[in-house]
Amino acid sequence: MSSEATVTAANRPAGAPAGSSSPADVTMRLWRGDASGGGFVDYTIENLGGEVVLDVVHRIQAEQAPDLAVRWNCKAGKCGSCSAEVNGKPRLMCMTRMSTLELSEPITISPMRGNPVIRDLVTDVSFHFAVARRIPAFHPGPREADGTYRMAQVDVERVQEFRKCIECFLCQNVCHVIRDHEENKPAFAGPRFFARLAELEMHPLDTLDRRELISRDLGVGLCNITKCCSEVCPEGIHITDNAIIPLKERVVDARYDPIAWLGRKIRRRPSPTPAYVTAALAPAAATGEVISTEPAPRATS
Amino acid sequence: MTVVDQTQGPPRPTPVRIGGTRGGPPLSTVLRKDRWRLQPTLTAIGLLGFIGYSIWAALRNGNFYAGNVGRDYLSPLYSPCITHSCVSAGYVWGPIFGGWWRISPAWLILVFPGAFRTTCYYYRKAYYRSFWLSPPACAVPDAGSTNPTSPRHRYTGETRLPLILQNIHRYTWYVAVIFAGILTWDAIAAFRFPNGVGVAVGTLLFVVNAVFIWAYTLGCHACRHLCGGNLKRFSDAPVRHFFWKNISSKLNAHHQLFAWCSLFSIIATDLYTWLVASGTMHDPRIF
Ligand code: SF4
Ligand code: SF4
Ligand code: FES
Ligand code: FES
Repeated sequence: MSSEATVTAANRPAGAPAGSSSPADVTMRLWRGDASGGGFVDYTIENLGGEVVLDVVHRIQAEQAPDLAVRWNCKAGKCGSCSAEVNGKPRLMCMTRMSTLELSEPITISPMRGNPVIRDLVTDVSFHFAVARRIPAFHPGPREADGTYRMAQVDVERVQEFRKCIECFLCQNVCHVIRDHEENKPAFAGPRFFARLAELEMHPLDTLDRRELISRDLGVGLCNITKCCSEVCPEGIHITDNAIIPLKERVVDARYDPIAWLGRKIRRRPSPTPAYVTAALAPAAATGEVISTEPAPRATS
Repeated sequence: MTVVDQTQGPPRPTPVRIGGTRGGPPLSTVLRKDRWRLQPTLTAIGLLGFIGYSIWAALRNGNFYAGNVGRDYLSPLYSPCITHSCVSAGYVWGPIFGGWWRISPAWLILVFPGAFRTTCYYYRKAYYRSFWLSPPACAVPDAGSTNPTSPRHRYTGETRLPLILQNIHRYTWYVAVIFAGILTWDAIAAFRFPNGVGVAVGTLLFVVNAVFIWAYTLGCHACRHLCGGNLKRFSDAPVRHFFWKNISSKLNAHHQLFAWCSLFSIIATDLYTWLVASGTMHDPRIF
């Protein structure tokens, strides 16, 4: 692991907090273990000031625990790899400044507790990618006469917010629908994918109607809009207000609103569903996706 | 650009495990160190306070109209007043319900704004968190979820009766718009004095109340959807896009704030009307 860029006692930036609010040493309480079990281990390490949590974890790895497993890539809050729970709050370790934490007490760092653990701070996020594969992709209609597609800025600016997602899965991790009730996983997409679905449903060129899917198979009704996903999103995406609630309202249009239903009957919009739409909306089972509730065999090493 | 045909290619079976051992201590161990109990507690106190106050105000069944002291103030908890007791209180409207209606008219009225606020997306969040503890705070387990024998071990969200009825929220919004109109009328009426138009402290209170009610009602998520959010292409409907972007979405971003402001302004307006009508307090006229 690169430690060249790490701040050392010698090159501590001038003006770095010192004194009682910034003790000489900090204690990091890291979760160590794998699927067979584990526990918190305390590491006391010099407090260099000006660091983020991931820096300190890397120094522990370099100096005290070379076998510590931790996932990271960019150290810039852009790759979404270093998700963990810092003092119980789902955070990106690389975007959590040590100076925002109470350094006189041990700082607990556990892996995301909504996902199965692989080792130490690394968790298995494959469930989320399986959900991603269940979502019918973008399907534009036919091209215009000159062979192009056109859309106006006002039509796309709303969905640009959702493109900021870095797939850190902190929102999926914190969502109580699956964090606290694992049995809901096969029937629930989770907040990150509601943002994705909202992006598709609001896309001016997309032609699919995913509302039945969103309601019946992807479980938007399980969300009780308690907004923890929005609270933890490091990209500040308003997942609940701008994605989930608009999806819920669209589902009301499709399934629960008697006037909307009557309107469709009266106007008799014949909707001959194009074959490619039907294919794209085929149930996830048809794609051969296996979502099993069985715990996977434990890796032996 | 090529259109990707999803039907192409063989299916890719991908075994995915959703079970498996979680890392960290059991979920029942809350690792948060901040004061996460504070917010649900404050919310619960605020909501219970409002419910308690409105029950008291509804049972009062008197001093809801300040006509006796030369003020055209009708408490928002009694508006529109359509029962016999409004006539005996000196109010101009009513009675749709004859003298046989003995119960406080407030009960007839509170049902509608009550349904609107109960199914409001913000208030849902508030009471799911602070009363139902589902979850009480983020990364804190749902009540009952860590106990396999608890009846709340399973969770179905808003997919079953009765909570599936939250989906009627837009119908309560339709009624709420009518109520906002009525409260606007009450605010205009508050400018009427026996000798012409004027402004008193109470008048200002009624105006502020009407403004908060509109800010809350037009920032409703159902309103935001109906006024334009349901469109795929805004460029086809510039007027609806304008309303969606500049009015509903802007108010919606502060929906929680207006939910509380309007709750307090309703209490304040009712309380003030009561104080003035009962003669406990004099309502100073500004001009
Ligand atoms: S708002 Fe809905 S999706 Fe987001 S964390 Fe809460 S329950 Fe989950
Ligand atoms: S929506 Fe936010 S919290 Fe969720 S995966 Fe994307 S960036 Fe992370
Ligand atoms: S290391 Fe990339 S987001 Fe933290
Ligand atoms: S009034 Fe709050 S969302 Fe409709």
